Amino acid sequence: MFESVLRMIALTRKELLAILKDPRSRITLFVPPIIQCLIFGYAATFDLSNVPYAAYDQDRSAASQQLLARLDGSGVFRRIGNIDSPAAMTQAIDNGRALLVLQIAPDFERRLQAGEQADVQVVADGRNSNTAGVAMGYVSTIVATFNGDWRSGHGGATPTVQPTLRAWYNANLETRWNMIPALIGTLTMMQTVMLTALSVAREREQGTFDQLQVTPLRPAEIIVGKTVPSMLVGAVQATNVLLVAQLWFHIPFQGSFLVLYAGLVLFLLAAVGLGLFVSSVAQTMQQAMLYTFIVMMPFMLLSGLTTPISSMPQVLQDFTLINPLRYAIDIAHRVYLEGAGLDRLGPDLLPLAAIGVVALTGASWMFQRRLG
Amino acid sequence: MSDAAAPAAVVVCAGLGKSFKADHHSFQALQDIDFQAAPGAVTALVGSDGAGKTTLLRLMAGLLKPDAGVLTVVGVDAAAAPGQIQARIGYMPQRFGLYDDLTVQENLDLYADLHGVSAAERAVKYPQLMEMTALSPFTRRLAGQLSGGMKQKLGLACTLVSTPELLLLDEPTAGVDPLSRRELWQIIRDLVRDTGLPVIVSTSYLDEADRCDHVIVLHRGKVLTQGAPASVSGVAAGRSFLVTPSGDEKPREMQARLLGDPAVIDAVPEGGRVRVVLNDPAAASALPGVAPGAVVATPAHFEDGFMTLLRAAGEPGVAPAANGPTAAVAASGLTAGTPEGRVEVQVRNLVRRFGAFTAVDNISFEVRSGEIFGLLGPNGAGKTTTFRMLCGLLSVTGGELKVGGADMRTARASGRGRLGYVAQKFSLYGLLSVRENLDFFASVYGLRGAHKRERIDWALHEFELTPYVGAPSARLAGGHKQRLAMAAALLHEPELLFLDEPTSGADPMARRDFWRRITDLSDRGVTVIITTHFMAEAEYCDRIAILDGGRILAQGAPAEIRARGAGETPTMEDAFIAIVEDSRAAESAPGAAA
Repeated sequence: MFESVLRMIALTRKELLAILKDPRSRITLFVPPIIQCLIFGYAATFDLSNVPYAAYDQDRSAASQQLLARLDGSGVFRRIGNIDSPAAMTQAIDNGRALLVLQIAPDFERRLQAGEQADVQVVADGRNSNTAGVAMGYVSTIVATFNGDWRSGHGGATPTVQPTLRAWYNANLETRWNMIPALIGTLTMMQTVMLTALSVAREREQGTFDQLQVTPLRPAEIIVGKTVPSMLVGAVQATNVLLVAQLWFHIPFQGSFLVLYAGLVLFLLAAVGLGLFVSSVAQTMQQAMLYTFIVMMPFMLLSGLTTPISSMPQVLQDFTLINPLRYAIDIAHRVYLEGAGLDRLGPDLLPLAAIGVVALTGASWMFQRRLG
Repeated sequence: MSDAAAPAAVVVCAGLGKSFKADHHSFQALQDIDFQAAPGAVTALVGSDGAGKTTLLRLMAGLLKPDAGVLTVVGVDAAAAPGQIQARIGYMPQRFGLYDDLTVQENLDLYADLHGVSAAERAVKYPQLMEMTALSPFTRRLAGQLSGGMKQKLGLACTLVSTPELLLLDEPTAGVDPLSRRELWQIIRDLVRDTGLPVIVSTSYLDEADRCDHVIVLHRGKVLTQGAPASVSGVAAGRSFLVTPSGDEKPREMQARLLGDPAVIDAVPEGGRVRVVLNDPAAASALPGVAPGAVVATPAHFEDGFMTLLRAAGEPGVAPAANGPTAAVAASGLTAGTPEGRVEVQVRNLVRRFGAFTAVDNISFEVRSGEIFGLLGPNGAGKTTTFRMLCGLLSVTGGELKVGGADMRTARASGRGRLGYVAQKFSLYGLLSVRENLDFFASVYGLRGAHKRERIDWALHEFELTPYVGAPSARLAGGHKQRLAMAAALLHEPELLFLDEPTSGADPMARRDFWRRITDLSDRGVTVIITTHFMAEAEYCDRIAILDGGRILAQGAPAEIRARGAGETPTMEDAFIAIVEDSRAAESAPGAAA
């Protein structure tokens, strides 16, 4: 037993040396996640600002000016100009100068004053449906506020039900708050799976795997010796992302680090298991790299990082149950933003543990079988 | 072809020099090289690893720029117009760029395309090349699935597809079995005879150099000597002797002993005796431990002359074993390789199939404690497959296999701790330093504390690796890598050593050094199983088995095997070729039993 532990320590030490000795490998392991995290934080946001729009104001009244002023003052929209014909409207959208055009009918103010329904048309560039949808939502909100204010200012009846919206855990509904903690799992997983898959494939390609197998090292010891270093590297990467989230983006951390790292350990175990599984199938480094990408793409898309799992077709929703990243993102969100404790993370931790055990067992079984 | 007036040389080289810069160090690879290569002749470049053979070939191929001197190849100045040279000559590097995932035909087409060979020329050239290399039946096979010898033939065909004016070959026969080696040389000789194509070839097989027209011996970047092969052999004229061992002493034991003698330049086992080259012929009668009358003068071989030249150039001889082998034997009370030794490895009716292909077909052999057992055979004979099964790296399809009384596949960790394994390809961690590699293997073999330090120090000292202790192992020279691999396999003092083609690509000096260690280990009771392409090395073994097509064709002591060759004093290589060809003929003869 003691001998076995010493052998595993020797292997772990060797792995870490092999990974960290080369300055290039050190840089490629630790710098990209930090840069990716910064890029995601700035670029991957669904919050709109500076949306170019054109005003097609046929009314040119005090009321219509007031509505447009609200848009201009929202901080979200930027008026690129006023237009005066349907043709110009089409052109503005077509050539992409404006994401949307707000058309105000000629009788806008008259109808408002008469207490009738006044029409405003919003034409958006649907070629980017996501952005258009979000922008239109903003416009509706602004129009609704304008409505309310108009009525109360002009003695009209205020709507009986006025919903008050409040987002918990992310009061301003900033995408960044959602995105960055999720990256703790996402960025780490990619590299951990790849690192593990390549480390075995490299040994196989260079013949050192044979050399390992003729030593007293048992297959299980080799698995442990390959798992621990990758997990350590993964934990450092996750910590880097966590530091960027807090020190650079100043996203307040609500939970306990202990709980977060407990979840991370299980997640990394599952990720390394996956990497080992890939490497047990791959013959060469090239194959290992290719298989990693093949596996990672669906895992990324079906993780809930960019699109909510609840809006996926049922089949895909079922598939996400075996995706460790899904649970890791959930854990990161809940611990980071909500401050959830271990007692409430059971539905995430248990599946992760199960995936880890199955992947590692599967990988060691594959290794044994490959020998035959 | 034979112009009476001195024919213009194909290569003229005068005062040629080349140095490389790496890590702020300048390294003089070649210095003051003068020679001329005659048209229609085969010129051989020989020398130890790092002598500058490949650099010289690459300069002639126009792939490197000379620093000093003049180099004219096919009438073109290599410094001024290397591109012109590249277009007119054919160069086959050590690892020819064949595409493993393309078929034989596709590879050939690719090189024809690259050289802009027209369809009309191809129609003439392809059948010639196919006939010459006997690759016609395999045109649709993937290059990656060819044997080593066939790959080299395909590489040669690809090089010749453009009808070059000069052919440069860099160690074309390295790692190729004797049969394929003979075929390759037949092709080269036919080519020279039929087309007058001049060939310059580097080789570490000295018997090959002996059959060339002109030999250039390189040593540490300088020409040591050049001329007809006989002029090299002539250096050792009158100094070569065959010594018959007396009593129980084996040829390899006597060889190891004599190598350490200051009067001896070189010693190798040969045909049950030991070939020695002496500094002074007069010492022949006074060799220690040699019975009077056991020494016979013999004509000097090329290798004798070569070794004499190297020693004269200041190359140190093979260092005697750290612990004199005789002393060790006496101390341990072991008599190496005695028939009454316990059976260490037992193989009975071993079979291994890969799908429909039978790689190892019902083989049986035994290796006793302290023996050196050699597995010899052409590429693809099943040597490596057998090896991998012995080491537990591959499961058996059928039959029985016991190593040290256990099956290595199911052996416990302690069982595997008894064996050392050196793979054919260098397989240590390239990024890690020499010490880190040794430290790692020592640890996984369970060495600890003072004992571990002591063994690592021993390894560094014994394999002369101390100067490189901090260097990443990937950066070591070929010979040093080989030594490191051996050192790593011996740290835990295994009782059984598996060596898969350890001397492939090694120069004559390194091979002697290697065998000196093996002999020493065997004397200490270590059982050694080894595969090799060098038939002469079979002379070091106690027993050998010759494999072909997955079956054992012959098995026994070297003397018994040698006797099966033709001629009066057949060499091991003659015997090997005769045995393999007989078996293949029987196989293909109509009505032969399957």
